[in-house]
Amino acid sequence: MNKKYGVTSGILILFLFFASLLVGCRSGGTKATKEDVKIDVPKDNSAVYEDIKKAEKIFNALPSPLESAMLIKSAGARFDETLLNPVGNVNNYVTNKSMALNLGIYTCDLSFASLYEQTQLIIDYMNAAKKMADGLGILKAIEQSTIDKLEENINNSEIIMEIVSETFMNSNSYLEDNGQPAVAAMVLVGGWFEGLYISTQLVDMNDFNGNKLVGRIIDQKLSIDILINLLESSKGNPAVDEIIVQVKKLKIVFDKIKITTSPVRPEFDTKSNTTMLKSEVKTDMTPAVFKELSAVVAEIRSTFVK
Amino acid sequence: MRILRIIPILVLFLLGTTINADAQCKAFAKKVCLPELVPYTHDGNYHAAILVEGEEAELYKTFYSDMEYRVAICGEEKLPNIEFKVIDSNKNVLYSNKDANYAKSWDFKLQSSQQLKLVVKVSSFNQPGDTPASGCVAIMFGFKLKK
Repeated sequence: MNKKYGVTSGILILFLFFASLLVGCRSGGTKATKEDVKIDVPKDNSAVYEDIKKAEKIFNALPSPLESAMLIKSAGARFDETLLNPVGNVNNYVTNKSMALNLGIYTCDLSFASLYEQTQLIIDYMNAAKKMADGLGILKAIEQSTIDKLEENINNSEIIMEIVSETFMNSNSYLEDNGQPAVAAMVLVGGWFEGLYISTQLVDMNDFNGNKLVGRIIDQKLSIDILINLLESSKGNPAVDEIIVQVKKLKIVFDKIKITTSPVRPEFDTKSNTTMLKSEVKTDMTPAVFKELSAVVAEIRSTFVK
Repeated sequence: MRILRIIPILVLFLLGTTINADAQCKAFAKKVCLPELVPYTHDGNYHAAILVEGEEAELYKTFYSDMEYRVAICGEEKLPNIEFKVIDSNKNVLYSNKDANYAKSWDFKLQSSQQLKLVVKVSSFNQPGDTPASGCVAIMFGFKLKK
């Protein structure tokens, strides 16, 4: 074989290999690509096939900061400004990890302030979130025109929620689309922890049994594996690896809470055109486990906001 | 050695094409899928990907008993029907849009909070020999407080 031809072919093969890797790796974000596994299964056994077949994309969806804040408010919790991460801390965050986590945290604080109509705080926290987004190089996530629109509609909670939702989507879609799934995951993790931190701090231990907010905190156990899977899709990133260790510590406490759910029965209501998913749930969290959970959340959150 | 000069250009071209496709996906999600959520409030999360005919995506999410939800699944026009199923932790199918003429959205609420799985599949035009269609598929959630 001609030596020059052999070298050129080798380069071409290497190029095609790396090019295919580049394209394949761009699934990004909260989604992970799994290899297709071809296994022979009987054609009539579709249920088995469903279990074996791997999805091309997997999304691990955490509640957004807006949804977390809404859950806190719907549980009847009061607003407490002292629980938020002070906006004066913005200049402390200079690494991608701290800016990503605090973009999520400030967006959750912003959502919380919005739902309780804290007009000055809404502006302050939008500016803090903007600083984090700018620091991460997220183009056009929060523009000056957004801040102006916010100020013009400061007493219109519906428009404020729309703006918060849009700016958050701008940030996470930019990160997903620009091959930064680890940063996108950390933003979501920051927001989720902030919601959990505020909730745990607002629980009145004298009113523990039957407390609606406690119920919402127990519900977060359902998201802990989603959170771990989301982070593990960026495993190997040193910042993410550190957070995985912290989240696994939290999972140990969540594992002490029992949740038993009866089978789900969908019932369609023709009047509202809505399906009600009926099921009964039994949960069991002692005040001692709650205190342990609350302490672990506060400890992890303090490492995020320091 | 000309090949060595061409390689970086081709790599940049490939990267540029993929990033452009993703940016189009975001624009599609905002323009087409977001309006499907009205009158619910979009949660702010973004889940979208380029899928090919026959491909499947899964999404895992916790839904809360205090909320009413709308899920909207949108595929670009060049794609065939998009099927989606909602499955509980016991692998029971709670909803399939195949039974609702491939509806783009589904409204639901829950008596107790649940982690659910959404399985989204691009069906096939079933035309052997043709290049399979590919396009953006977006999954978006809206919520409002339960009345």
